[in-house]
Amino acid sequence: MAFTFAAFCYMLALLLTAALIFFAIWHIIAFDELKTDYKNPIDQCNTLNPLVLPEYLIHFFFCVMFFCAAEWLTLCLNLPLLAYHVWRYVISNFLHPINYETPAGSLEPAFLALGCRYMSRPVMSCPGLYDPTTIMNADILAYCQKEGWCKLAFYLLSFFYYLYGYVFHFRICPSC
Amino acid sequence: MSGFTNLNSSAGYSQNSTPNGGAAPPYQNGPVQTYPAMYPPAGYYGAPPQQQGYSTIPGHAAPAPNKAPVTNNAHSANYYHNNHQQQQNHLPQHRVAPSPYSAPLSSAPPSQPYAALPSAAPPPTNAHYNQQPFQPHPPYATPGSYYGQQSYHPSSARQHPSLVPVTASGPGAPLYPIVSYPSAPGSSQYGTLSSSQSTSAPVGMPTQMVGAPLHQYSAAPPPSTTAVQPGYGVGPPGQTAPTVVNGQGSAAQNAVHQHYTQSHQASLSYDSYSGVPPGSGGADTDQPPSGTPSTSVHSSPGHHQGVQYGYVANSGASSASATTSGPAAAAAAAAAAAAAAPSSSSSDDDEEEEDEDEEAGGDTSSSTTGSASPVPNSYDSLEGGSYPDSMPPSNDMTNQAAPYGSYGYPSMQSAYQQGPASHTDASPSHDLYGQSGYQQYSQPFPNLSQLSAALGGLSGVPELEVEALRPVNLLQERNLLPPRPLEAPEPNVSSDLKKVNCSPQTFRCTLTSIPQTQALLNKARLPLGLLLHPFRDLQQLPVITSNTIVRCRSCRTYINPFVTFLDQRRWKCNLCYRVNDVPDEFMYNPVTRSYGEPHKRPEVQNATVEFIASSDYMLRPPQPAVYLFLLDVSHNAVEAGYLKYFCESLLENLTKLPGDVRTRVGFLTFDSTIHFYNLQEGLSQPQMLVVSDIDDVFIPSHDSLMVNLKESKELVKDLLTSLPEMFSQTRETHSALGPALQAAYKLMSPTGGRITVFQTQLPTLGVGALQAREDPNQRSSAKGVQHLGPATDFYKKLALDCSGQQIGVDLFLLSSQYADLASLACMSKYSAGSVFYYPSFHYIHNPAQLEKFQKDLERYLTRKIGFEAVMRIRCTKGLSIHTFHGNFFVRSTDLLSLANVNPDSAFAVQMSVEDSLADSSLACFQAALLYTSSRGKRRIRVHTLCLPVVNQLSDVYAGADVQAITCLLANMAIDRSVSSSLSDARDALVNAVVDLVSAYKSNVSNLQQSGLVVPASMRLFPLYILALLKQKALRTGTSTRLDERVFAMCEFKTQPLQQLMRLVHPDLYRLDNMSDQGALHLNDTVVPQPHLLHLSAERLSRDGAFLMDCSNVFYLWIGKCCNEMFIRDVLGCPNYASIPPNMVSDSKRCIYVSPSMSGNDRE
Repeated sequence: MAFTFAAFCYMLALLLTAALIFFAIWHIIAFDELKTDYKNPIDQCNTLNPLVLPEYLIHFFFCVMFFCAAEWLTLCLNLPLLAYHVWRYVISNFLHPINYETPAGSLEPAFLALGCRYMSRPVMSCPGLYDPTTIMNADILAYCQKEGWCKLAFYLLSFFYYLYGYVFHFRICPSC
Repeated sequence: MSGFTNLNSSAGYSQNSTPNGGAAPPYQNGPVQTYPAMYPPAGYYGAPPQQQGYSTIPGHAAPAPNKAPVTNNAHSANYYHNNHQQQQNHLPQHRVAPSPYSAPLSSAPPSQPYAALPSAAPPPTNAHYNQQPFQPHPPYATPGSYYGQQSYHPSSARQHPSLVPVTASGPGAPLYPIVSYPSAPGSSQYGTLSSSQSTSAPVGMPTQMVGAPLHQYSAAPPPSTTAVQPGYGVGPPGQTAPTVVNGQGSAAQNAVHQHYTQSHQASLSYDSYSGVPPGSGGADTDQPPSGTPSTSVHSSPGHHQGVQYGYVANSGASSASATTSGPAAAAAAAAAAAAAAPSSSSSDDDEEEEDEDEEAGGDTSSSTTGSASPVPNSYDSLEGGSYPDSMPPSNDMTNQAAPYGSYGYPSMQSAYQQGPASHTDASPSHDLYGQSGYQQYSQPFPNLSQLSAALGGLSGVPELEVEALRPVNLLQERNLLPPRPLEAPEPNVSSDLKKVNCSPQTFRCTLTSIPQTQALLNKARLPLGLLLHPFRDLQQLPVITSNTIVRCRSCRTYINPFVTFLDQRRWKCNLCYRVNDVPDEFMYNPVTRSYGEPHKRPEVQNATVEFIASSDYMLRPPQPAVYLFLLDVSHNAVEAGYLKYFCESLLENLTKLPGDVRTRVGFLTFDSTIHFYNLQEGLSQPQMLVVSDIDDVFIPSHDSLMVNLKESKELVKDLLTSLPEMFSQTRETHSALGPALQAAYKLMSPTGGRITVFQTQLPTLGVGALQAREDPNQRSSAKGVQHLGPATDFYKKLALDCSGQQIGVDLFLLSSQYADLASLACMSKYSAGSVFYYPSFHYIHNPAQLEKFQKDLERYLTRKIGFEAVMRIRCTKGLSIHTFHGNFFVRSTDLLSLANVNPDSAFAVQMSVEDSLADSSLACFQAALLYTSSRGKRRIRVHTLCLPVVNQLSDVYAGADVQAITCLLANMAIDRSVSSSLSDARDALVNAVVDLVSAYKSNVSNLQQSGLVVPASMRLFPLYILALLKQKALRTGTSTRLDERVFAMCEFKTQPLQQLMRLVHPDLYRLDNMSDQGALHLNDTVVPQPHLLHLSAERLSRDGAFLMDCSNVFYLWIGKCCNEMFIRDVLGCPNYASIPPNMVSDSKRCIYVSPSMSGNDRE
């Protein structure tokens, strides 16, 4: 048995992560363009929104694969991101974070608690996360950019991890 | 006379034509507008040349005849006679200056002013009559001799008025050249002439010279006749050195005319006045406001008429003032003497209507100048990089100015000097224009006073600061309110800068001292932000037509008063600190007719200026004014009965709709189907086309639904008359708003324009159908208010599409039931429209709402409008924009896309400090609004605000503007309550106050006082926040309909600060015991200034009458034991008992008199 299911999973994840890395880079570039005035937010959101669900689904897909392959460690590593995706797309609409700011102790002025909350998905008739009318808010833009960089880092690391996992499984299995 | 004018004008026009033809074709992408809203040119490119106002001669000419009826001659004739009478009538009153509120007359149709003349001419009128004596008088006949009369006596001057009328009509003929000048178009011609043609210059020259002084006289009230004298002192026409103030002023107008057509008005009115001081000494002191009214004058149509009939221009002016004085008197009468006081304080907002024509006036006059630019604009030249070689400075501007003495500036200046004076008269809008710079150069007389004023300012600053920082213990001090409504704090900058700084009504910052770093800002616990009212109706606005609009090469900032000139040839941008070259054209200084004084250009002397933009600033030819009305005619709408009143109002205001010959209108009605109206010219009556396929809306006929208003006026009138009857029997209860909006979008997308939607119920059919989401039982629940956000994104998407096609959508919601405003409002929110809401509207049962609807509608239809606009906000390097608030679409980090811009909407901007501002002592903000006027001119209105940067926390507090902070926080709280929850927003508001108090206590005040200590500048903060929490938008616990709450939120987002503050914390005055102490003397009325009262029951008394000014409504509260005399005088009822229970006054703003309220008094 030269090729275990686990090895197959890793190989698949490797390829898909490469795709996700492109997604992440695309996001970063897109938001950077927004920030530097190169693009119209409507156009930009129209190109970004269709990518959101595929990204989440791809990630979900190989999480399921790892689950099937009983790669618990890998699955655990991916769970936080999975949870984040679910939260970002579904739950944040219904869950309003409670305002914990206490005026005396916090470093941030209390009035910052006013203003737009940026996590929740806007009311939209099409899939996606980004609303052209709020995307230019400095907070949201900064958040999305940060999110893009974090994801890129995560996907890059996991890419090498999957590469390692793939090689590891591929190397181990022939011997057994 | 006409011969003369024609000569000039023809020359001017012929000049125009060539450059125009050349300039027309290139519509490249403007540097500013990059939005891909290109239309197939077919739309109106194909229009006959006359309609493309900007590119062809006829286009220019068209507006003038439009405005000036053929009957001009008759008018002018009348005019003279009237003048005479009035002069006599009014002479005694001269000192009593016209009220500053008499601003531009807008509502009156162009020809009206003349009709009005005989009736009511107020002081300014006489002023202008004065001028006439001089014209006919033989000595003055020839320009030379005229000017030579240096030693003229005031007394002799006074005699002339009586002679005037007689001579004016007869011998006046030879003099006409003189007369012809004042008209705006004429001036623009001169502008043209000067720029390219030298031969005709001499002709125009003397004319103008003479005309100018005339002007001056016209503006000057009798006392100024004395002042006139200096005017004579000007000496020979060519003489540059202005020895006498008045002379300068008058001559200045010539120069001014060429460049700022609008300022012309200002100078007209003001310089005469300012001229007075030297001449008549103390006499003028008691007539401060005189300048203002005549300012308005110019905006009047008379302006245009002047082209042909010199005097008439002035007559327009006088009549304008006449009419304007009318409203003032009426207002006084309506609101009683007492009510006038508050209204005076808010005059700007209230009387805005009247200055509408201001732009129109400027438009026509400036259009010629604008189009005259012979040098095609290139980016380089725009950026100030390359100098158009074709125009050596002498050629271009010296030419024009040389003959006229080019006093342009001083005149403006002197005009502006009035600023402070009128300021005291509660028309603060002027003060910012006061310019110190000029005086030193040109005006010997005011110098001293100026100096002392400056000194006073200097010494005053620290005092102010100390006062602002005085710790106030809120637990001990009970009287926190100032006696008069709170003014914006003055930024602590040098008095020179202070004078040129932008008006706080237009541009206001929450912290008038900008903290150096974000850390300091965080420490202060106050938000940093701007409150902007960029398209506000202004009474005076310098309009600049120049070939190159000077901007910074790297950040594209427009040159402004706060840049530094390193030397003659270079200036340093105050936002990015880049050193730029001064273009050649800019080097010319019209004040001294010399070359090399760029720092005296109007751009550098005014914080608010308007440029006429070249084709570089266009993506497509400027669009015509296009209005589409989308009317709900379902059973519910017919029941509410709004249609009749809408049609009446529109019929009445049809001619006053802002626009030119290209204006187009269309109508669409809908219930469960959509009805189009074919109004094509040539039809005998309007044709209704019904589209019942609402799932796939199509436009039945493409070219006949939006029709030219001028051509199809009769049909439009027909339709408006028959419309209310047409649907009176309808049984259709459904409303297909969504499909109707789609149809409207399709109809409008080739041109852009404005869609006005009237809706009376929840849309129930087709796309965009909504469900009732409100649970009436939850209206007063303290828990949380649901459904503040939209239920569907259909309206938002539609608005974004509209915004992309430069279509603004305004919504009038007249509904008695829940109509889900939260969803519907999106159509206006993102297309830069406005929302009006009339809860429980019914034409019989709710007369108050009906009244309000009619007033709003009238204002709405006639107010100024700008199309295809964008606004960019630039700020000093280190500051960055965080969030925008208002109705717009944010297209990039600092650019707002405004499909329509109207003078009633304001914006708020949250800022943050990104990098330390340590290396600069001043921070500047510039808002540039690029728009197409209703007459098809591309214009840029630029406001610049300059504030000091500080590194001390105490300084930050000293400069805090509590009203601006409250408004900004309110905007943020609205955002928060929509995206999170209402209770979050309320908590955060309260926390903001607690936070400030504790921060101030721990950081600044070293007194170990117990209790709540806040700096005096912020002493009203807790009060305002409490008031905010009681607003409909943010209150809990009290039953509030969802729609009303959402509407209140919309209001918060779009209302300008002054309105908003009165909404949040109304002004309360006691009326029955007013004294004349500290009263204002306006015109011939005395306006008492009652003290503000705390909004507390302890201030009310049974024997008093109180007026509460809530911005959009006045409440008059009559105590049970109120003086009967007062009741009789004010309300016309014999005694308290006979006051009708629901009395609604017919004034600009509704006044509810509620004696029933005073029932409480009995307890």
